[in-house]
Amino acid sequence: MSVATSAPATTVTPPIRRRRLRKPGSRVGYAFILPFFAVFGAFAVYPWLDTAWISLHDTRLSTYNHSNWVGLANYTDLFTNSFFWHAFANTLTIGIIATVPQLCMALGIAHLLNYKVRGRTFFRVAMLMPYATSLAAATVIFLELFDKNLGLVNWGLHLVHLPELDWQGSKWPAQIAVSAIVTWRWTGYNALIYLAGMQAIDYSLYEAAVVDGASRWAQFRHVTLPGLRPTILFTIVVSTIGAAQLFGEPLLYHNGKADGGTQGQYQTLGLLMYQQGWVNDRLGLASATAWTMFVIIVVAVLVNVGLTRRRDRKAAAPVKVGASA
Amino acid sequence: MTAISVLRGVGKSSKAGRQMDATWVTYLLLGIVLIVSVFPLYYTIVMASHTNAEMAASTPPLLPNGSIFGNLKKALDLAPLNKGLFNSLIVSSCVTIGTVAFSTLAGFAFAKLSFRGAGMLLAFCVATMMVPMQMGVIPLYMLMSKWGMADHISAVILPTLVTAFGVFFMRQYISSAVPDELIDAGYMDGAGPFRVFISIVVPAVRPAMAVLGMLTFLMSWNDFFWPIIVLSSQNPTVQVSFQSLATGYAPQQSIVMAGTLYGTVPVLIVFALLGRQIVGGIMQGAVKG
Repeated sequence: MSVATSAPATTVTPPIRRRRLRKPGSRVGYAFILPFFAVFGAFAVYPWLDTAWISLHDTRLSTYNHSNWVGLANYTDLFTNSFFWHAFANTLTIGIIATVPQLCMALGIAHLLNYKVRGRTFFRVAMLMPYATSLAAATVIFLELFDKNLGLVNWGLHLVHLPELDWQGSKWPAQIAVSAIVTWRWTGYNALIYLAGMQAIDYSLYEAAVVDGASRWAQFRHVTLPGLRPTILFTIVVSTIGAAQLFGEPLLYHNGKADGGTQGQYQTLGLLMYQQGWVNDRLGLASATAWTMFVIIVVAVLVNVGLTRRRDRKAAAPVKVGASA
Repeated sequence: MTAISVLRGVGKSSKAGRQMDATWVTYLLLGIVLIVSVFPLYYTIVMASHTNAEMAASTPPLLPNGSIFGNLKKALDLAPLNKGLFNSLIVSSCVTIGTVAFSTLAGFAFAKLSFRGAGMLLAFCVATMMVPMQMGVIPLYMLMSKWGMADHISAVILPTLVTAFGVFFMRQYISSAVPDELIDAGYMDGAGPFRVFISIVVPAVRPAMAVLGMLTFLMSWNDFFWPIIVLSSQNPTVQVSFQSLATGYAPQQSIVMAGTLYGTVPVLIVFALLGRQIVGGIMQGAVKG
């Protein structure tokens, strides 16, 4: 090993050559991280803490600098408010509809791309076009595709003799449509992440599986999936964090109104926070919602990590039998 | 969380011999994926060139026509799309330069310098990726108003100038791509840490900086939440001008579609040109166990 990692900077043994190895002292590291943490502290960490402080006050835009201390009243307000629980339920259902099929499809697509495919760069770039399209543009486009009268989706349903749906007015179709926008934009991206993970799997495991007479499905099930487990966990965590703060899609899906549809059928927590703060001028309540969202995300991430770990432990034994020669 | 390491050299180690041959089923399925990915974008061109009445016909049109240009002109009258594009270009360029510079500096420190609290600070950075963007906007808005920067694009640039993701990304790359021996050789030659950073580290990690730059530019270009809070429809980024276009009173959907297309095409062209690099970048940044 090199001197750098094994010896502290102050007790460097003099090298045999004439030149002395002048290792930087321990302080210089701070100089390198200072620019980042100065900006990060001022425009991220400080606002987060200030939001916590505001959430304990009855804050309005006009009385921002001298608002009344209300203790936890904003939080009790929030938790006894049906709008909050409604938005919480919607965030949960849209989150599930938008991520579970998405990640499953991404896994399938990654598997397809892992074959020896001609024009693979072309396929990969084309699949990422939705990711390059902004959420604002994508939502405006999908709003038109899902339009009750003018949209191509209802035309297609009509074509195959299925009932046409009110993709904006009724609850589940609207939630599915909002989820479709998220799914369209992110599936290709996640497929590439999975593909990278697949290409890192030791190929000898597949050879061993083939020797064992494993079918392609068995190889996928017993070699690919276990090898991808950390990657899958990573995408689940990232998707959960994204889904919990869903905001732009439901806002633009109701033409920029923050109520999440005529009956709030796709009102999410992120949108509710915006409505409380910028429409109803209740910045204290909105701050309480923001911090609650953070706690929800932390809990959701911990649950995901915990579930994956437990499944790992359960699955560990049979997988090893299946994969090893 | 489990140990995450940057996957290196995905493109280089092409496993020509080890991949299974694609069958026609593979191509069929990939073709479907391709159509679903690209068709909505194509159909936007169609929607941008037909009136509501034409779209409601029993057989909707599948080809665009020349009326798209007239609709685009109307869209430009409704929303300041050109100003939005210009503002977005400035915002995304500044954010990209700032993020790449600050992240590389901090990433080098976390990867190759030892100082008290380094592990804790890095863990803190990673943990902050769980913070929802909703948690900062109210104080930020107040801060920007107090500084007289509300409705100015510097109010969008400043808070997004750094990302925790960037620091983590650069740290992972620098740890694995720059050997300690190379850095020690620099110290042996009498260079200080800043000289080592400029002359050894930066040239070695230029590919990662490019990848981070492309991803950051795209993220910043598509950012929506903070810009619509702090900017008005008179001085928008392109995303904010989409919002005013969609929520305004366009007499025909085709006008909204034409405007959306106009604001989206520049980034799609750049994306198509750099597509291979961006794909490689996303795959490099991917995690494995």
